[in-house]
Amino acid sequence: MQTVKMVVTGPFSSGKTEFIRAISEIEVVSTERDLKKGTAEAEEKEATTVAMDFGRITVDEDLVLYLFGTPGQRRFDFMWEILAEGMLGFIVMVDSAKPETFREAKSILETFRAYAPTPYVVAANKQDHPDAWDPEDMRIALRIEPEVKLLPCVAKERDSVRDVLLELLYTILEEMD
Amino acid sequence: MPLQGNLRDFSTTQLLNLINLSGRTGTLMIFDPVPTGEKDAMNNEKMAPGDERARVAFAKGKLVHASLSGQSGDLIAVLNKAGKLTDQQANILRERAKGTADKALAMRLIGANYVTQNDIVNSIKQFTQDVVYNLMTWNAQPFRFDDASMPPNERILVPIDLENIIIEGARRLRETEELEKHLPNLDMALKFPNNPKEKFKGIHLGVEEWRVVSFVNPKNTIRQIAKANNMTDLEIRRVVYGLEQAGLVLLVPPAGAEQKAATTRRAASSRRKRQAPVQRDVVSKLIDKIKSI
Repeated sequence: MQTVKMVVTGPFSSGKTEFIRAISEIEVVSTERDLKKGTAEAEEKEATTVAMDFGRITVDEDLVLYLFGTPGQRRFDFMWEILAEGMLGFIVMVDSAKPETFREAKSILETFRAYAPTPYVVAANKQDHPDAWDPEDMRIALRIEPEVKLLPCVAKERDSVRDVLLELLYTILEEMD
Repeated sequence: MPLQGNLRDFSTTQLLNLINLSGRTGTLMIFDPVPTGEKDAMNNEKMAPGDERARVAFAKGKLVHASLSGQSGDLIAVLNKAGKLTDQQANILRERAKGTADKALAMRLIGANYVTQNDIVNSIKQFTQDVVYNLMTWNAQPFRFDDASMPPNERILVPIDLENIIIEGARRLRETEELEKHLPNLDMALKFPNNPKEKFKGIHLGVEEWRVVSFVNPKNTIRQIAKANNMTDLEIRRVVYGLEQAGLVLLVPPAGAEQKAATTRRAASSRRKRQAPVQRDVVSKLIDKIKSI
């Protein structure tokens, strides 16, 4: 049986776990840990991913797609390279309503680009948030080249996640030509 | 959709670039930072917008107007600053033309041969650019871009291409960094040296220098002198630096002045990995599967 791997990365609290949960056919194998009360992160969410999230989509008995979500906090970045090994492509999640994370998102994007010359797309997540930046403004802010797909996304909606995954697959296909 | 954030995360130069590339129309407002006591997603202190400090208007990606809060940006102030009107002329005009819109006043001044149309356009351009160059040195203020807001009708809007502003701003930023290193605290005061007569003998000062010199007093902070003269932080630093280097003034701490701190940056490193060989038909299968979800 062939297995294919895709990585979902991005800054802390950008919606990586939610993205995988929305599309995975199995309950996501998550390595979330409760955040220490009183920390800045704990005000954002109660738990964070410390190693990886793991989701699965079975295509047929010969082919399975695995989705790996990276831990968003920098102190776990030693895991990134391990997760990037052999990936078919990757998705960079960016919280559209938190411009303070854009620089970090760009840095993560560049790090993953350096790990492997694989295709990738950028998902402008939380587009349903009232403070969300327009994706085209985000493209300029993040200095994303015009040929790279920057897609509006709401990670808690399965259709939106599906569209992002499809666009990544189309990109992979285009780059094979 | 809103365009808001903090200059700490997204600098003025980056904002100008975004506005230029997206051809936006509207007004950028920059506010005093008010600490909220909370942390943002990057673990930095979250700042709420306080009092408005600056307002910059754009039309189709071009800079058209800029003003700082607490500094007069009307036509008289602009022409006075550019040296097209003397202080006396400006004061008289302020009295006589009270309530007159800038556009109407411009027509009257041109008609009376006080100034030419070119003088007005160039002075407004220079004033607007100076405000924006000043904003480029700010790095901790909350901002918001409002698509619906534009300056009042009576203002004269002069469109200026942003590309050159961005390049010139970056150059000035380096100069500013040097000046800031030399004169980090604008809450310091100035005083004359012991033998000022000797020092000033044979010295030819420009208008800006004389304006600053006239306010030299240990009671006045440099910031207050700048405000009184309608000067930006960069302009006052440049003048004070020159005067101090020439030995004409001395920097002294005024009573109760406090020191402030600066900020930091970081970087990352990377390695290469092999890509897994995957066939085209595998990707097509994946596409079909995802489509069916």
